[in-house]
Amino acid sequence: MTRTLFRNLAVPVVLLVVWQLLSQSGFIKPVILPSPVAILERLWTYLLPAQTYAESAGFADWMWSSELLSDLVASMRRVILGFAVGAGLALPLGLLMGTDRRFEAYLNPVVQFLRPIPPIAYIPLAILWFGLGDPPAIFLISIGAFFPVLINTITGVRNVDSIYVRAATNLGADRMTMFRRVILPAATPYVLTGMRIGIGTAFIVVIVAEMIAVNSGLGYRILEAREYMWSDKVIAGMIAIGLLGLAIDVGVNRVNNHLLRWHRGIES
Amino acid sequence: MNAHHIVKDMETQTQPLVRAAGVNKIFGVEPSGVVALKDIDLEIRPGEFVCLLGPSGCGKSTLLNAIAGFSLPTSGTLEVSGKPVTAPGPDRGMVFQEYALFPWMTVEANIAFGLDIRGTGSEEKARIVDELLDMLGLKEFRHRFPKDLSGGMRQRVAIARVLALDPPIMLMDEPFGALDALTRRSLQDELLRIWRSVGKTIVFVTHSIEEAVYLGSRVVILTYRPGTIKRDVTIDLPYPRDSNSVEFNAIKKDLASLVHAEHDRFALDERKGLTLD
Ligand SMILES: Nc1ncnc2c1ncn2[C@@H]1O[C@H](COP(=O)(O)OP(=O)(O)OP(=O)(O)O)[C@@H](O)[C@H]1O
Ligand SMILES: [Mg+2]
Repeated sequence: MTRTLFRNLAVPVVLLVVWQLLSQSGFIKPVILPSPVAILERLWTYLLPAQTYAESAGFADWMWSSELLSDLVASMRRVILGFAVGAGLALPLGLLMGTDRRFEAYLNPVVQFLRPIPPIAYIPLAILWFGLGDPPAIFLISIGAFFPVLINTITGVRNVDSIYVRAATNLGADRMTMFRRVILPAATPYVLTGMRIGIGTAFIVVIVAEMIAVNSGLGYRILEAREYMWSDKVIAGMIAIGLLGLAIDVGVNRVNNHLLRWHRGIES
Repeated sequence: MNAHHIVKDMETQTQPLVRAAGVNKIFGVEPSGVVALKDIDLEIRPGEFVCLLGPSGCGKSTLLNAIAGFSLPTSGTLEVSGKPVTAPGPDRGMVFQEYALFPWMTVEANIAFGLDIRGTGSEEKARIVDELLDMLGLKEFRHRFPKDLSGGMRQRVAIARVLALDPPIMLMDEPFGALDALTRRSLQDELLRIWRSVGKTIVFVTHSIEEAVYLGSRVVILTYRPGTIKRDVTIDLPYPRDSNSVEFNAIKKDLASLVHAEHDRFALDERKGLTLD
């Protein structure tokens, strides 16, 4: 127990100490690499509400005057909106393409052609089409979420074990019931995998989109900090981005495990 | 209703529940195609427990799937309740060897699935589900998912799911083939109990001679390639049967010689690499 704890912590602690000493001794300039302590301090001020707490304004106002919190919320909002649009289009399309061979044959070439274009390559077009602000950001994020969900949904529907279809047919299932109560749930493990990848991509894209198209959110904030040469804030922002990414992944995993509690290999 | 009443019903009822006349099933195109069923004539009467017996590849599943409506005959007449089979239907409940339970539904939801489709009222549905959970000893598992159940329990759920719709015919394709010997025997006994109490007609595929003689009121032995009916035997032994009795073993021995002749032809094909599966 203590051994594994030691093994896990030894390298990070040594690195941090060496880093701190190097920065303190003036060997590395703070603009290039601020010390860990300076970054932590910066993270703390980034999190602290800007306003002083006033009874009259209320608690919520005070809390949301925290720059970090409002950036987190702004980024999260874009991820959720973009993901909702991308996955919301990809899911029905994927279900259709998975069930209907002919439909799939018509659309597959376009999908295969567009899929390898990284969402970031759409940035110029997004700005030409939507200008600046939230619309191009959401557009880019939705493209990031779209393809993983689409491809996995198609695969999921394709891989539905025919024995379930036969059993359901035998019990009298019509097309609608078959789709809703058999195909869809049977495909969920794949669909959820697609959604997980999609959220991951959306999260990457949101940071890039915020650096380019908007002036709020975590991506915007670290680029802004660079302009003032606040490297400590840049790294503090990166840490916040990492933590948010981790939180999203944990949250998505929780939801997946709940939705797939019937699935073999996942113990609830 | 007990078994004696069923036998009486059989005598008064002239119309067979399942009637196959000159049924052929060819997979692929001749001459390279496989003749899985050839000239099958078979009548199954209400209340019978018919075991289809034969070596691997002789067409047992093909015949069962044809009755179920999953895979229609290439030619010939196949009727259920006097009407030609054209599609699968809940009047022919199918129990698969692989259970085929919906893993995303609880035991209870699996059993209720057919009733949901039929639009049975919720009170009636609850009553039927409760009764079946009780009958098959599944009460404490009602909220579990199939992955948490043993093979025997899963097959019980599959049987309950089919019984929920109260079909006149139950089709079973090696339902106990994947179970260990003890579980298998207890499910066989349970199935016999159900058959005798609810008066279903059962068509049961097996390649175990012992199982066929233990269960069937009638055993139909198929030949291997092409699949034809080699022998149609009524088993007169009273239920519950004693698999150690002299009579039981005499019948078993009789059937074994018939089946083994077919099995040898299958094994020969297998050595020549002719089997597809
Ligand atoms: N879809 C198919 N296409 C081609 N040939 C098939 C198909 N299904 C079955 N066959 C062939 O038809 C024959 C009968 O198959 P069937 O599955 O009915 O045998 P079975 O008696 O059920 O065997 P088992 O005990 O192995 O389940 C076999 O020779 C098999 O190879
Ligand atoms: Mg078979």
